Parts: sequence; C-alpha cells; structure tokens
Amino acid sequence: MLEVKNLHARIGEKEILKGIDLVINDGETHAIMGPNGSGKSTLSAVLVGNPLYEVTEGEAYFNGKNLLEMKPEDRAHEGLFLSFQYPVEIPGVSMTNFMKAAINEKRKYQGLEPMNAAEFLKLQREKRKIVELDSKLANRSVNEGFSGGEKKRNEIFQMAMLEPKLSILDETDSGLDVDAMRIVADGVNKLQTPETSCIVITHYDRLLEMIRPQFVHVLYKGRIVKTGGPELAKEIQEHGYDWIKEEIGEE
Amino acid sequence: MQSEQQYIELYEQARELICSHAPEALNAVRDEAFDDFRRQGFPSKKVERYKYTDMQKLFAPDYGVNLNRLQIPVDPYETFRCDVPNLSTSLYFVINDAFFQDDKPKGHLPEGVIIGSLRDYQERVANYYARLAKTSDDAVTALNTMLVQDGLFVYVPKNTKVDRAIQVINILKATPQNAQRQVSDLMVNRRVLIILEEGAELKMLFCDHTADDRNFLATQVIEAYVGENASLDLYCLEETHYKNVRVSNVYIDQQANSRVNHNVITLHNGITRNKLDLTFSGEGAECQCYGCVIADKQQHVDNNTLITHKVPHCTSNELYKYVLDDQSTGAFAGRVLVEHGAQKTSSQMTNQNLTATKEARMYTQPMLEIYADDVKCAHGSTVGQLNDAALFYMRQRGISLEEAKLLLQNAFINEVIDHMQLEPLRDRLHYLVEKRFRGELNKCAGCRLCK
Repeated sequence: MLEVKNLHARIGEKEILKGIDLVINDGETHAIMGPNGSGKSTLSAVLVGNPLYEVTEGEAYFNGKNLLEMKPEDRAHEGLFLSFQYPVEIPGVSMTNFMKAAINEKRKYQGLEPMNAAEFLKLQREKRKIVELDSKLANRSVNEGFSGGEKKRNEIFQMAMLEPKLSILDETDSGLDVDAMRIVADGVNKLQTPETSCIVITHYDRLLEMIRPQFVHVLYKGRIVKTGGPELAKEIQEHGYDWIKEEIGEE
Repeated sequence: MQSEQQYIELYEQARELICSHAPEALNAVRDEAFDDFRRQGFPSKKVERYKYTDMQKLFAPDYGVNLNRLQIPVDPYETFRCDVPNLSTSLYFVINDAFFQDDKPKGHLPEGVIIGSLRDYQERVANYYARLAKTSDDAVTALNTMLVQDGLFVYVPKNTKVDRAIQVINILKATPQNAQRQVSDLMVNRRVLIILEEGAELKMLFCDHTADDRNFLATQVIEAYVGENASLDLYCLEETHYKNVRVSNVYIDQQANSRVNHNVITLHNGITRNKLDLTFSGEGAECQCYGCVIADKQQHVDNNTLITHKVPHCTSNELYKYVLDDQSTGAFAGRVLVEHGAQKTSSQMTNQNLTATKEARMYTQPMLEIYADDVKCAHGSTVGQLNDAALFYMRQRGISLEEAKLLLQNAFINEVIDHMQLEPLRDRLHYLVEKRFRGELNKCAGCRLCK
C-alpha cells in the first residue's frame, strides 16, 4: 500500500521530518502517536501533498506509484484520503456540490461517466447514515457553522463517499465527546476492508481501543523512534513519553 | 487632450438637425445642457468622482453619431436571443438609442402603464425630464442630454402593480443587415425615464448587448422617480464585448416608505463606468444596491455610487463584489452622505474583491460623510486572493485546482446573485456566472450574428 523511505521535509527553513521510514500493507491499521510538535501532522500533510511543505529528501510510493511526483488531486484519485485535523470552512459552496465535484472528478480520472443525480443522492443518503450525519447539513456550505463534532463526522462521511484505499485520520478524535467518538470509530470500522488501510494519528488510546490498530508508532523530533503493538498505546497513556525519550538517550 | 472639442463643434454645426429629429421635451433643455457641457468639459482624473476612469481618453476617438436617425433595419426577434430568456417577462428592445416599435403581443400590462418612446408621451415627459439628472453637475450627463434624440419612457400609475417583469434589451448595432459597405464606429446616447407613482410596483431588467463587431461608445442616463410607498427593482446586466465603452449615469429619487433594489452585473465588457446617485427624499425609505463584476484580460469596470440620506429613518445597503483576472482593473468608490438632521439613518456599505493575478488591480474607496449624530453607519472593503487552505482541502478531495478555484470564485460572486429578487433571473445568472468563469461565455453568447 504505502512505502515511505528516509523522508525529510521542511516548512520554510525549519526541518520537521528528519528521516521517516514506514511500510503499510493492505488491510493494516497503524497508529501514530507522539508529543506535540513531533511532526505527526506534517507527515500526513506531506503524504497528501500540501504545498506548504517541501520534501527535501527521501521517497514515498503508493501502490507502486511515486507519490511525491503527483499533484494532490491525483493522490486523492489514486485513493489517498486525509481526515483533516481542522476541516476547512468553505462559505458559499454547498456540501452537495462539493461532494459531487469530488466524486465526478475521481470518476473522470478513472475514465468513468459522471454519476447521475439520482445515483448521487442515493449514495449520499446511504453514506450519511454511517456517521449519523443530519441530512440538513447537505444543503449547507462545506463545514460552515458545523459544530466540532459535525465537522469530524463530516470528514468520515466524505471518506465513506470517496472510498479511499488509504485513509489518514489526523486527530479525528480531538474535540469529540464520547458518543461522537464512538460514531466516528464505528464509521471507520465499517469502511475497513482487507484491501484498505488506515493511519490513525492520535494522542489518546481511547480511539485506538475502538479502532484497534495492529501497529503503534511513536514519532519524536521528526523520526519514528519506537514501534510496537496496541499495548504501546496503553503504556504511553499511563506513563507519558518520558520513558521513551530516556530509552533513546534523551533527558 | 481636448476631447470635448469635437462634440462642441458637432453641436454647433448640427444643432438644427439634432432638434429636427427629436421631440420638443428633449429639445427644451438641450441648449442649457450644451452650455453646461462646454463650461465643464470632460472631467479629468482630478475630479473626485472620475479619478479611476479617464473620460478624456474614452471620448477622444472619432465615433459616428446617427443624428439623421437613419434606420438600421433589424428585426431583433430574428437576430437576437438574449442570454436571459424564458423569464416570462414582457420583452422590449432598444436598438442603439431608439425604442423599437413593434406589434408583437407584450402580455397584458395593467391599465395606465406605459412602456414606450419618450417621443410619444411628451407632456408627461416634460414634467420630469432632466430634473434628477442635472446637467450642471456632470459633463457626461450634459453631453447625453445635449445629443439624445429618443429614449425609453416607463410610467406606472398610482397603486398599480406590474406583475410581469419588464425586460429591455439594449442592442448596439452599427451595421445594417446585408450592408454593402463598412460603417464607422458608433456613439450612442441612451435615455430612460421611469416614473412610479404612489404605491406603484415595477421590476425592470436591462440587458446590454452588442450585435456586431464594431467599436461602440454608449452613454446612458436613467432617471427614476420612485413615489411614496412605491417599489422598484432595477437590474442592469452588461454582456457586451471588449470593444465596447459604456458610461452609465443612474439617478434615483425615493419618496417616503419606498423601496428600491438596484443590481448592476458586469459579465463581459470593454470599459465600463457605472455611476449611481440615489437620494432619499422621504422618510422610511429603503434601498439595496448590489453589484458584481467578473473581469479579465484588459477589461475595466468602475462603479461609483453616492447615496444621500436627506431625511431621517432611511436604510441603505450596498454590496459590490469583483473578481479580477489577468490584467483587468476594477474600481469601486462609494459615498454615503448623511445630511444634517437625517437621524436614525442605517447604512451599510461593503466592497469585497478577489484579484486572481499579480497584474490585476483593484481600487476601492468606501466613504461615509455624516452630519447627523444618531445614526448607524458602517463601511468596509477587502481585497484578497482565494483561500489557500480551502483550495488545498478541495484538492485533497480530488477536485482539480482549476475546478476548486472556479467553485470558490462562483461562491464569492453568488453572494451577490443570491440577493436578486427576480428568481428566474437569479437561476439564470448562477448559470451564466459559472459559464463566464469557465470561459465558455462568448463575447455575445446570445447573438446569432457572431456564430
């Protein structure tokens, strides 16, 4: 699915990723944890091609294709999806028009005809149920005036609509109450197949108890310094990151 | 530059000719207009309300003026389809400056309503003509008044409501059909007089088009009297071509408790200058003035507004939005004048602009001038680019950069379009604006001549 080798990236003059190595196979779920400012969001931004970040070294392959050479929209067409930590409000663009544009551009990329209106509405109705999203939101502008929980559920709704191969959830649990987190996690689990993979970036093991990754990585100062199973998330929850910092020879 | 000289000479030489082809009501104020024009000359860029558009330059070329009223035979129904069809409107045409007389059924107009030529209703016209559009204050209005020979007259009697919108297509056409020789570029002076008596209601839509590929210079003066408790919707849509120069002066007077919606939409043009002077003469009146501009290449659009609150308890709202691409320039200068004693005035003026390239230029100047101490007035202006975060968010969902820009620009302009009261026009404009951004709107898309 994804193969990242020695990835370095910076924003402006500041180097943030200092050599990331990561392999994700089909059907796997990986969690990435780490203290604030360690580069978790940067890693996700670089993978989806945010132009604010510059890759200075390293490689990333997505199903055999060189990810770093692709435009952000083509990475999306290939099946890469990012659930944003801070979903952007787009006043004046309705959710429906936005999703229709996204779906039809993907279909165009795949050489398919645009989806007709009836099909689209049906699909939208089905997928909305997965995250229990109010149908009224469809006529509103993208994320505008959505509550924090609605925004995050809306991200998972878009994921359901676009059926990506690899989804990156960037702190999708932050700002969610317990029930909303359950809905989001259930949504993600329902969308999981043996052919799809998922990267979950989070600070808390609560979401990981629901989504159940096979691997947990700890990102610190731009490198993955520790990798383990689900038990690693528990240890971090109880003891923080200091013991890991000590392990790698830092104060 | 002395651009005015050629018009002064023209008038001195052709005064008799102009008058002989024009109604007495228009001739009555002609000499005075000429004196005012000669005294003022064209405004330089040092004149405050003309600082963003060089009038001297616009009027410098040698245009032909059809003073002899030579017929340019054209069947507008045959040669022209407006981009705003099927509005269930009553449709009228003005060819260059002349009201187009035809016997096509116009749908039922309520008793006493007049839509016709200024020529045919002289008594009524004489009572109102050139009162709001003072020739002493504006050289372009003076020039128009001095040269104009025909025009559109609209009258709605007391407490009469015109349900169907009145659509007027202004067609600029220099070449007769099947013409043997090339004719010169054309200057046209258009005139409109609208009178709404007490309690009257009217919706009007003007669509400006060019029907052939010549250089045009069109001056236009619209005077609108809106009586007590009357309601006027006045929409002006310009869809001309890059060789067109439009200088429009609109004057509106509002009596007590009247309502005005004024929308100016520039979809395609060459150089456009729209001036609006709106005065509240009676208490409790309200106006909504909206404008949107989509310009690219070398296009230039200048909207200049003055809203005068003479009396208390009136409300004015202005929202103008521009999207400027390539090397286009835009200007918005709006002034709200709250006169002494105009207490409880409420006024909001907003101008927001997107510049899509580094070469595009926007000049914006919102102004408030307040001589009363119990009013609520606000003004604001922004110039900026599309939101990068929103663009990236859309791209991450697979929407291409071009499409994402288009969606955002559309959304930006739609805020203005959504305020349109005329629903079919609103839907049509959503469609036209999108086509315009996609570059699919030809210079005059509805015109069969150009296909």
